[in-house]
Amino acid sequence: MDEVFVTLTILIFSAIRLATPMIFAALGGMFSERSGVINIALEGLMLGGAFTAAVVTYELSNPYVGFLTALVAGALLASIFAVSVIKFEADQVVAGFGINILMLGVPALLSGAIYGAAGSTEQIAKEYLLPEFARLNVASMLAFALVPVCWYVLFKTPFGLRIRAVGENPEAADAAGVKVLRMRYLGVILSGVLAAAGGAYLAIGQSSFFTKGMSAGKGFIALAALILAKWRPFHVLGACLFFGFTEALAIQLQGAPWAKLPGGESIPVQFIEIIPYVLTIIVLAGFIGLSRAPKALGIPYRKEK
Amino acid sequence: MKILREALYPLIAVAAAFVIGGVIIFLIGDDPFTTFRLLVENSFISRKGVFETLHYATPLIFTGLAVAIAFRCGLLNIGAEGQLYVAAFAAAWVGIKFGGTIVNVNGVAQDWSWISLPAIFLIPFCIAAAVIVGGFWGFIPGYLKARFGSHEVINTIMLNFIAIGLVSYFTQYYYKIPGDPILQTAPIGDAATIPQLHTFLPFVPPDVPLNVAFLLAILMCFAMYVFLWKTKWGYELRAVGENPSAAEYGGISPKKQIMVAMTISGALAGMVAIGEVLGFRHNYYHGFSAEWGFWGIAVALLGRNHPFGVLLAAIFFGMLLRGGIFVDAFTEYVSKDLVEVLQAIIILFVASLQKYSK
Repeated sequence: MDEVFVTLTILIFSAIRLATPMIFAALGGMFSERSGVINIALEGLMLGGAFTAAVVTYELSNPYVGFLTALVAGALLASIFAVSVIKFEADQVVAGFGINILMLGVPALLSGAIYGAAGSTEQIAKEYLLPEFARLNVASMLAFALVPVCWYVLFKTPFGLRIRAVGENPEAADAAGVKVLRMRYLGVILSGVLAAAGGAYLAIGQSSFFTKGMSAGKGFIALAALILAKWRPFHVLGACLFFGFTEALAIQLQGAPWAKLPGGESIPVQFIEIIPYVLTIIVLAGFIGLSRAPKALGIPYRKEK
Repeated sequence: MKILREALYPLIAVAAAFVIGGVIIFLIGDDPFTTFRLLVENSFISRKGVFETLHYATPLIFTGLAVAIAFRCGLLNIGAEGQLYVAAFAAAWVGIKFGGTIVNVNGVAQDWSWISLPAIFLIPFCIAAAVIVGGFWGFIPGYLKARFGSHEVINTIMLNFIAIGLVSYFTQYYYKIPGDPILQTAPIGDAATIPQLHTFLPFVPPDVPLNVAFLLAILMCFAMYVFLWKTKWGYELRAVGENPSAAEYGGISPKKQIMVAMTISGALAGMVAIGEVLGFRHNYYHGFSAEWGFWGIAVALLGRNHPFGVLLAAIFFGMLLRGGIFVDAFTEYVSKDLVEVLQAIIILFVASLQKYSK
């Protein structure tokens, strides 16, 4: 009985740790997509945040400065994406994909040049990482606290109303005097800030350095969580925790002596790892409730002259 | 003149990539001109360089065509990576099961095959397996889009992860030689291998693994050109890409075309397996693809979704990928990650210039 309790506790804390970067990124994606811009750049935005946080924290020995700088970097990077898709009306998926590739290359190039190691930054001493209290990282606490904040901003403030309006019906919003393009810029930049926070946690919370492509698909899983959550903040939290839990389970089962099928074979972790992806496809197909995207998602807005 | 206009924006994007890339190299502390010379000259100055470049370009031609045909139907296939993974495993599986593979397990010879087919049957069978399984992996998001309207971009991203998970499962638990520390299958039977070009073309240097899959890639460029512009099916597919509601009004079913385009797209991506599994590695090796499925997007964009544009773009990127090795070795600070940066800038510029090039 004790053993079960201990295992379960380990699983839950591990799930929270693994869900933290996804919560940040998915909440970020929510602002972008609610304003009408598909954001598959979450992965790259996370990587940009992770790299910046690792470098600044290592150089200045201060995780808080590192974390905040990462947010600025995320905003700048998201601005490039925003100009491309809002001003130049680039295909949002293609441009987002470009940002992802850019953030595979640029940090690796720079870390190679600064630290001489191929695609990695220097290890940061433990005392300069984001601290933990009661086994919870401050970044995890921040992520949890952001969920109600984002809910309030999105549904209870004029700003949130405008974001949602330009994502659902930009023409009507425009007619009502809302600056459609400005709202979309803000939505995308906010997504950059939040996704970068998730990336920063990866580099200076969960691990202690940056390595090329370290987000390993977390940005895409965050996007899946966002779809599963039907673009709603509290559901985002639930979906991210669920995905974090499946990942934690897969890690725990790897080589655990008690994890055996009735026949005595070990449980193939690959099957647990693909659960989130299969589930996303099923939900997207409408088998578990209809997942309806913001109506103007992916459509550039051009003001009628 | 039309060709010049088509080529103008891709060339602007490439120029922009070299200018911005040059600034980055300068800031890092290396000489941009030396670096770029390292990046491109090796593909020209030696015969080995030319054929190595074509070897790097081969998978990019297939994935570029795959992404391009989906684009022509108005779809974005981000799933070429998953499609080529399942196809490569399928080709290796047929090559083992029907190729008479004998595996040495702790000193004991085990026959892992069901039957040993001669090359004349086995090679087409392996190719068919790759094409059909890749095509099926493309059909799934096509069907989901046609039937449920769910976005092919998200589904193909998810299917990439699923493909890699499944294939790694089967390799690890069933087709890996026990004790092998590397996640790869047993080798395919000798009869399943296709020849490398140097075995019958004397001017190809013997240490270049360029194989007949490259010739197939060229052939597929012509085939796709004929299909898209000289057949009724190709016309229908493009009509849906240009304007789905007009196409439907004209009696073309967009749903059917979406499924057809995604299936062909997956099949083309699956053909990467022919060169890699049958022609080069002779087994399924987990992680064999250097993200070629994703490179296909850059190739298709730069090639303006035209088969011959794709061919040129694939050779261009093949040159950069190979040149990256020399940049890694012979510059002080710049690494081969530069190639990804250039790729990303090209993607962002082509995408952003799209609205001016119509």
